Amino acid sequence: MDDLRELYQEVILDHNQNPQNFGRLEAATHSGDGYNPLCGDRLSLTLDVRGDSVNDIRFSGSGCAISKASASIMTTVVKGKTVVETESLFDAFHKLVTTGDAGDGELGKLAVMAGVHKYPVRVKCATLAWHTLKNCLSGKNEVAKTE
Amino acid sequence: MTETATLEPPAARTLPLDVESTRNDFPIFRNRSVENPFTYLDNAATSQTPRQVVDAVEAYYTQYNANVHRSIYAAGEEATEAYESARERVGSFIGAGDSHAVVFTRGTTEAINLVAYAWGRLNLREGDEILLTEMEHHSNLVPWQLTAQQAGASLRFIVEACFSEKTRIVSVIHQSNVFGTINNVHKITSLAKSVGAVTLIDAAQSVPHLHTDVSALDCDFLAFSGHKMLGPTGVGMLCGRTELLDQMEPFLAGGEMIRTVSLDSSTWNDVPWKFEAGTPNIAQAIGLGAAVDYLSHLGMETIHRHEAAVTEYALEKLEEMPEVTIYGSAPERGGVVAFNVDGVHPHDLSQLLDRDGIAVRAGHHCAQPIMDKLNVSATARASFYLYNDFDDVDRLTESIASSLEFMS
Repeated sequence: MDDLRELYQEVILDHNQNPQNFGRLEAATHSGDGYNPLCGDRLSLTLDVRGDSVNDIRFSGSGCAISKASASIMTTVVKGKTVVETESLFDAFHKLVTTGDAGDGELGKLAVMAGVHKYPVRVKCATLAWHTLKNCLSGKNEVAKTE
Repeated sequence: MTETATLEPPAARTLPLDVESTRNDFPIFRNRSVENPFTYLDNAATSQTPRQVVDAVEAYYTQYNANVHRSIYAAGEEATEAYESARERVGSFIGAGDSHAVVFTRGTTEAINLVAYAWGRLNLREGDEILLTEMEHHSNLVPWQLTAQQAGASLRFIVEACFSEKTRIVSVIHQSNVFGTINNVHKITSLAKSVGAVTLIDAAQSVPHLHTDVSALDCDFLAFSGHKMLGPTGVGMLCGRTELLDQMEPFLAGGEMIRTVSLDSSTWNDVPWKFEAGTPNIAQAIGLGAAVDYLSHLGMETIHRHEAAVTEYALEKLEEMPEVTIYGSAPERGGVVAFNVDGVHPHDLSQLLDRDGIAVRAGHHCAQPIMDKLNVSATARASFYLYNDFDDVDRLTESIASSLEFMS
């Protein structure tokens, strides 16, 4: 099972068991849902965006350890970032989980998700929260799908 | 079920089939068992293929590859004979008598779509009702949604006293692909008959595992797939009452299914060829013929007893684990066990079991409505077949235990 430790890093297991920013914001400026039709994972995001920055964010839903940890880590990373910065992070994260390329350090603690690129089926789990965030911030009122 | 005492060690139990010798017929078990024995527990999704089926497919391609029903030369005649012989053997395997004809399709899904479209277009009108159960696979739900929309008919789901004169067709799953529940389809066909409704049985999960007799079930249509019963992918069958198939217009049109064609109109070939437009999956049909020969040789009653013993052992072992929740407890059940493990999402579990060479399904099993009803988004599912044994179950439960440790 040792090679699976690369996918399921301790940080990921910690976030899975103790997810950060779990729940809903009562006074959200943005909200949206994500759904992975292949496996049934569901995710809801609520955001408080002030000016052009993400002031606060919460997530809820059900999913595997990879999707839950990815959502949890994402909320801790994007808090305080501008909308433009989150878009750039989305692109860098997508590259990370599809190719393993961690770029020039912009990703910070998101880099623990690098192991996902060796498991193509799990890319959808890792990116569900990010697709949902992108939809929320671009004002698209539709359920984000990873298909 | 076998009459063994609870918690008796597996060594003291015997299985009806000699698994070691059976596995020798399936090259994949030798080829994939490198670090760990390949423990294949996803038979409800698709089954493995014995050498005898691969050989039959290969013989077609290497010895008599030609189109069927049209080639006036020896290889073509051999191909036609092999294809039609496969039809006859598969038909006789499910007890299709004189009243029914057997049509080769791509699989269960195409067979159900054929009936929903061709029978539905001819017979369904506004106000008519199509009766299903809530545990249908998407393949026996979505085609009826489309047909109902087009005809102005409505879908209903079996509860008490729902059979009425409005019921035109009752289409039900024989064995659930999620819980293994075996539905009393004979009772359902009798009730349907009493209100004059036509019946279709989705037998994708039952024909591979249970002795099936269409005459005894007294259904109008029965659909199943080859790849879940040791056959190749891309072939399945619709067994239908000849009288109804005769009345229905074709589902797909083109070559093979015609008798005469002019620029303006055409007439149709006889049943079953009327429903087999284009060049059929010849090699796959011949392979399916070899698969039913293999199953008949082992005997369907023996296969069923074997799977029942393995399933009973699996249920006992899983029930001993406090972290495991099993879904479905029907007394009449096949070799399918849906379960969840506290603290390990089924996708993670499937990934972790794979490290030990164990293949299970994780997800909604193409049955989202019943999963919603259970209020679970996904489960793991182990499903057994004639090459599984008690050791496979032991490997599964040991690997679940180590997965729990891994995730904590």
